[in-house]
Amino acid sequence: MNWESVIGLEVHAELATQSKIFCGCSTAFGQEPNTQVCPVCAGMPGVLPRLNRTAVEYAVRVGLALNCTITRYSKFDRKNYFYPDLPKAYQVSQLYAPICRDGHLAVEVDGTTKIIGIREIHMEEDAGKLIHDAVSDNTLMDFSRCGVPLIEIVTQPDFHSAAEVRTFLMQLREILLYLGVCDCKMQEGSLRADINISVRPEGGELGVRTEMKNLNSFKAIGRAIEYETRRQIQLLESGKQVVQETRRWDDDAGVSYGMRSKESAPEYRYFPEPDLLPIYIDDQWLQSIVENLPEMAEAKRARYMRCWGISALEAATLTSHVYVAQLFEEVAALSRNPMEAAHLVAGEIMRLMNQTDTLPEDLAVDAKKLATLITLVSSAKINRNAYKEAVEAVFIDGVDPEEYIAQRGLRMVSDADAIAEAVAAVITEQRQAVADYRAGQHKALGFLIGQAMRKLQGKGNPALVRKAMLEALE
Amino acid sequence: MLNMTALALAKAIRAKKLSVTEAVAEYIKQIEQTNPHLNTFLTVSKDTALARAQTIQAQIAAGEITSPLAGVPIALKDNISTLGIRTTCAAKMLENYVPVYNATVVDRLEQAGMIVIGKLNMDEFAMGGSSETGAYGTVRNPWDTERVAGGSSGGSAAAVAAGEVPLALGSDTGGSIRQPCAFCGVTGIKPTYGAVSRYGLVAYASSLDQVGSIGRTIDDCAAVLSLIAGPDDNDSTCVISKTFTFDTPLLERLAGFRIGLPRNYFAGGINADVAQAVLAAAKELAAAGAQVEEFDMPLMDYMVPAYYIIACAEASSNLSRYDGLKYGYRSPAAETLAEVYRLSRSEGFGLEVKRRIMLGSFVLSSGYYDAYYKKALQTRTLIKQAYDRLFERFDMILSPVAPTTAYKLGENVDDPLKMYMGDIYTVSVNLAGLPAVALPCGFDRQNLPIGFQLIGAAFSESKLVSAARTYQHRTSFHLQQPGGAWV
Repeated sequence: MNWESVIGLEVHAELATQSKIFCGCSTAFGQEPNTQVCPVCAGMPGVLPRLNRTAVEYAVRVGLALNCTITRYSKFDRKNYFYPDLPKAYQVSQLYAPICRDGHLAVEVDGTTKIIGIREIHMEEDAGKLIHDAVSDNTLMDFSRCGVPLIEIVTQPDFHSAAEVRTFLMQLREILLYLGVCDCKMQEGSLRADINISVRPEGGELGVRTEMKNLNSFKAIGRAIEYETRRQIQLLESGKQVVQETRRWDDDAGVSYGMRSKESAPEYRYFPEPDLLPIYIDDQWLQSIVENLPEMAEAKRARYMRCWGISALEAATLTSHVYVAQLFEEVAALSRNPMEAAHLVAGEIMRLMNQTDTLPEDLAVDAKKLATLITLVSSAKINRNAYKEAVEAVFIDGVDPEEYIAQRGLRMVSDADAIAEAVAAVITEQRQAVADYRAGQHKALGFLIGQAMRKLQGKGNPALVRKAMLEALE
Repeated sequence: MLNMTALALAKAIRAKKLSVTEAVAEYIKQIEQTNPHLNTFLTVSKDTALARAQTIQAQIAAGEITSPLAGVPIALKDNISTLGIRTTCAAKMLENYVPVYNATVVDRLEQAGMIVIGKLNMDEFAMGGSSETGAYGTVRNPWDTERVAGGSSGGSAAAVAAGEVPLALGSDTGGSIRQPCAFCGVTGIKPTYGAVSRYGLVAYASSLDQVGSIGRTIDDCAAVLSLIAGPDDNDSTCVISKTFTFDTPLLERLAGFRIGLPRNYFAGGINADVAQAVLAAAKELAAAGAQVEEFDMPLMDYMVPAYYIIACAEASSNLSRYDGLKYGYRSPAAETLAEVYRLSRSEGFGLEVKRRIMLGSFVLSSGYYDAYYKKALQTRTLIKQAYDRLFERFDMILSPVAPTTAYKLGENVDDPLKMYMGDIYTVSVNLAGLPAVALPCGFDRQNLPIGFQLIGAAFSESKLVSAARTYQHRTSFHLQQPGGAWV
């Protein structure tokens, strides 16, 4: 029998707002535990939430980018459960009237376009973190993450393979990055995905699904889907049943194991959050969110081509990742030479990223230094060879470009006497080539110029060397 | 001095007939004498109050504080968060809980130069109508110490009645300001939902809770309300920019005031003395020129059930944070996480609180939500709509506060249904988010106070206060003071 897997996703994205969703505490990652906490996010008796408007705007941005209907009159609900990382013992979330509904995203998989339905996007607050202290054998609570705004993007069960899921997630990630609403760092937990998965005979009735949690990388997601599909098929083929349950993925072991069954699923006792008014998004507010949407990849590509005459191929490369586009735009602005900046980032920088396995989000190269090099090469202070060498040194070692060029003596030789001296020496030494040229074999010119450049240690101003050579040969 | 109204006391202070320190010291002396008999105060902040008295005195002298209540002591129901002062909600669960922040109302009182002299006893987490459910003993009624003070703001009403403090704050979720005022013969205002910030009021039922004032006269209560009311960035449900000033002159005649009298409130379970006194109050207002007209209050049978479903549902969620982990009581017997939750909550909460948490958890559970909670919300909407229609005909509704006067200690505490039915006249006001004032209007044959309430449309506090002021000008029930062995 041919089995088909049916997969739906719940993607959690932490919104990159400065402050938390219901109080003024900072959302910065990686600070000392419990330093970004106030009575409100710590859930002290008597506190009340205060909604962060930027969080709402960010959620709406995502809804717009995913072609959703924006809920004009949206509400919060309380999801009640006991856990030490949840200081109020309820999470403020949205069940009955989520902020966005009924969207879709087109993804390209193996050359065909597939439409993935988005069931809803809802807003909620993140929980804290539990840290197990091995020394004291205690579990410690860090409430700094409590109240960081989250959106949960729930897709329809429209995926049938790990490849489709992976492509969708990568595309979603780029959209979130371009929108500027999430930094999408899976290892820091700012982007997380839970997977609902079932298998069925191809085209048949839907099977019993399981939910997989603790997926911390794209690789883990792919592996977990393949593992779970195999596990379910094996169960069914051996005449057993799939149990509806929540499973936890152990990426090190490459296996998942059951956490809780449907019967033991928590009773969340959802009800409308009485401490917050409904969010009313009127035409004016929605309009201002639309107007303030950041420029997305497609618009950037068009602009690069239209305004700066950059080729379609380079424009596509530059916008493949938002961080690459950002680097390009910075270098273009600082150097005031967009075309040269495009060649540099789409060419040499991409090559160096590949060579050093640098991910776009880890790009740390200084745009100002690259812009300096562009200015130097385009004002004929250094030649192309020196430029390329210096770019690599800036990328890998972060050197100061001016110092590096000075130390390496890479500044271009434009001194007429030095060039004349080199040319004269070549003409004396390369009699045969000179004779060939004079006999009409013009390709000998390239060889002669090359020889002169060699004598100038590659630093000769190419235009001046060529001119001097031609004059000497006449 | 203890017989003075709060406004008169403030005036005497401004006129330098009395120092703030003298006033504070005098009230603290009274508390120390009477509290052992009445159990009204859970915490007396003697040292900080006396220290603050000196500061405030200096500020008044320097003209830095000009509020009409500057220098006047006030005590707070112990569910109002006070920075550095223990806030227990009369619960074992919060026995040693000292807040790190002030409720908005506390900040506002202090900015106006009032002096917090202590925290008042109540029903545990404001759940109850007799101030018997707290973990630190029962509040006793100053008119008869064998009787309850009412609840849940029993400590607030009893302390004012006993002259321990000229003013107090209470909170009213289903009648918790009005009913103890009626039982203790004092005056109280339950403001419109959203008129006063709830930030720092330890939540019982968020969509119903409201902080209000309790005093000897309506003018004293109104003066406090004008200090604490107004929008607060920290409370999303308190955003409408309504502030109250109650400086309209006394109306000799209530000409043009249309008052509705719900005929069906006076049939059935109401005590005859109470009915008579409340009807007499209606006559008094009619004599003052108001137009009093009877009507039948709809939905009466649904008010108490809808209230208890909604209030308990919200309470079950609001009280989940008392989990034994971060603050409050933790069972010493607990070893696992599940035991910390189960044992701490089983041992830490009292019977009535547990009853309401269980009731609330039940009505929110899947399968029961639609049958109970959703129906209760629909009922609430119907009640609101009924009031909306009534306020097209009337400026205010005059009603009893409670079907009885103060009952004996322990009489109802084991009969929750009987206890809940005592809320019949008050809970619909909270469900509809309306303002109401409770005023003394007589005594029963055992010389126990009787109160009535005037209920108005949302944000009609000024009109309610005007009518109440005229009533108190024409009557002297609010000036009667209890006496007894405790005095």
